[in-house]
Amino acid sequence: MDTAIHTEKETWGTYQKHVADDNYYYARSCIRQNFFPASEYMFLHILRKVLGKHVYDDPNHTTCTGIGYHSDIVPFETIQTVVARHFALMTEAGLENIAISCVTSFGIYTEILETWQHFPEQLEKTREFLYKATKREFNLPKNIAHTSDIIYKFRHEIAEKAVYKLVHAQTGEPLNVVEHIGCHYAKMFPTKGIGGAEFPQVLSGMITAWGGKVIDYPERRHCCGFGFRNYLVQANRGYSVSNTYKKLESMQPYNPDFILTNCPGCAMFIDKWQYTIAEMEQKTFDSQGKGIPVLTYEELAALVLGIQPWDVGLQIHQIQSESLLDALGIPYDTALKYVDKQGNQLPLPNKPNNLLQ
Amino acid sequence: MEIDFCAELEQDVRFKEGLKACMNCGICTAICPAAELYNYDPRSIITSVQLRNNLQIKELLQSETIWYCGQCMSCKTRCPRGNTPGFIIQTLRKLSQQYGYFTHSEKGRQQYAIKKTVGENVLKKGYCVHPDLVSYDMHEEQGPIWEWVQQHKQAIYDRLGANLDKEGAGALRKIHKKNLDELQAIFDVTNGTELYTIIEEESKKQAERMNLGFSDNIDNEYFKHVYTYNSNTHSE
Repeated sequence: MDTAIHTEKETWGTYQKHVADDNYYYARSCIRQNFFPASEYMFLHILRKVLGKHVYDDPNHTTCTGIGYHSDIVPFETIQTVVARHFALMTEAGLENIAISCVTSFGIYTEILETWQHFPEQLEKTREFLYKATKREFNLPKNIAHTSDIIYKFRHEIAEKAVYKLVHAQTGEPLNVVEHIGCHYAKMFPTKGIGGAEFPQVLSGMITAWGGKVIDYPERRHCCGFGFRNYLVQANRGYSVSNTYKKLESMQPYNPDFILTNCPGCAMFIDKWQYTIAEMEQKTFDSQGKGIPVLTYEELAALVLGIQPWDVGLQIHQIQSESLLDALGIPYDTALKYVDKQGNQLPLPNKPNNLLQ
Repeated sequence: MEIDFCAELEQDVRFKEGLKACMNCGICTAICPAAELYNYDPRSIITSVQLRNNLQIKELLQSETIWYCGQCMSCKTRCPRGNTPGFIIQTLRKLSQQYGYFTHSEKGRQQYAIKKTVGENVLKKGYCVHPDLVSYDMHEEQGPIWEWVQQHKQAIYDRLGANLDKEGAGALRKIHKKNLDELQAIFDVTNGTELYTIIEEESKKQAERMNLGFSDNIDNEYFKHVYTYNSNTHSE
């Protein structure tokens, strides 16, 4: 019996991952900067102001070229060298831990580090390329984490400071939450994700720590449908929307209050394709015809911590969040939803034809 | 002299990582989102490659088939032999572009559209994606909220803590010229620039064969064609 328990613990141990405690070099995400800029702002705010951690946000950091790499217009040698440049910037900043905002980038950094481990000559060639192009040199990071790993690591500290719990304000019942984890978080290199590819804990751990209930659904691990070239080229977008449709249809019977994601593209696609499907087929996947809100983990952490919804950026989601905020008992001022930084009213956005606001 | 595609594939470390010993179980096809939507069977592609059949590999390089994969890499998780069909697809696409075969197929020709959008954005702005690239007229599926963001982007990005097109740190900051120059230098020494040139030149030749207008910017008939045309024959 003891042996069996010991073996189970050992097995579960292989699904765990060490995440550095402090001092991170921040690698931003192209998609999140466009579609969820407040999520990246909130990550830095929570780490620095709430948790007292040091994170360096480097103006010299650029795209990793990952979307180009996975649509095959950027060679492997090129992206290895671009990533090596990021390691050089991290080294020059005196840091050893890298915090990566994008799941595609996280998969790429992981793939490259694995490649260099298996093929050391690739590492040497990359060092030569980088020096030739930029005169820069680099150390390998001691710790590589996706930013959702870091929020997961501090989920209990966030829970201790929480103003709101993921429970219905009226009934006290936990909210039903479904999660979607980006494919490149752990499907390629399962040991690099918390819980691996089979039992990912990175989002479900946050949901339960903050009072919600995780709802399983059949297509929980299915791709959101980004598919790189299958979205980037207009002619191929049927692939992308079909995959999201499959996921939404699979979660619909469980009446989720919201969807939590850790991947930039997934958050955007699952939000925007709900609008497209409503326009194309007059179909939504919730009972009210409003769509299911999709949140990033920083948005959720910020809401739990009592930060105002319009500072979190929920107004630039296509699926509106007021029903969710009402359920959580989070107050909001509608007059402040569409204002600029100085509080001046902006023209209102157009309303969708088939999606209730 | 006949090109030895097998030898070329074996030089790519992703090929070595991606193909160990396939037993044709087909689990990659079972899990594959592309196989569900397209006439696509990663198992049979891996069989052709594993057999080192040079003729079949050449046919693949000229085919629609290799362009269906969405690189979600779900196949890597599930393969009981530790193979990664997604990596093999990447190596086949690399060769298809290197030898100009990508213009033989409808889906392959789309590489030009990706190079002209994401590819050029990387070197001009330092981002794969930028609000200027995701214009509403090319992305109506983004909906009215994105249209609103596009119309008031400076005010909205300021409101949400971004630093759009300005100096310093922050989301969507202006990437300084010295950093763009370093990106360009990396592309130059690692054959990234060479790949862009191949895509451009082979696409120009294809535009002439198809009698479609071609120019340096995206406002040309060939771009519009490859970006929007779908023969709807890919599930047959």
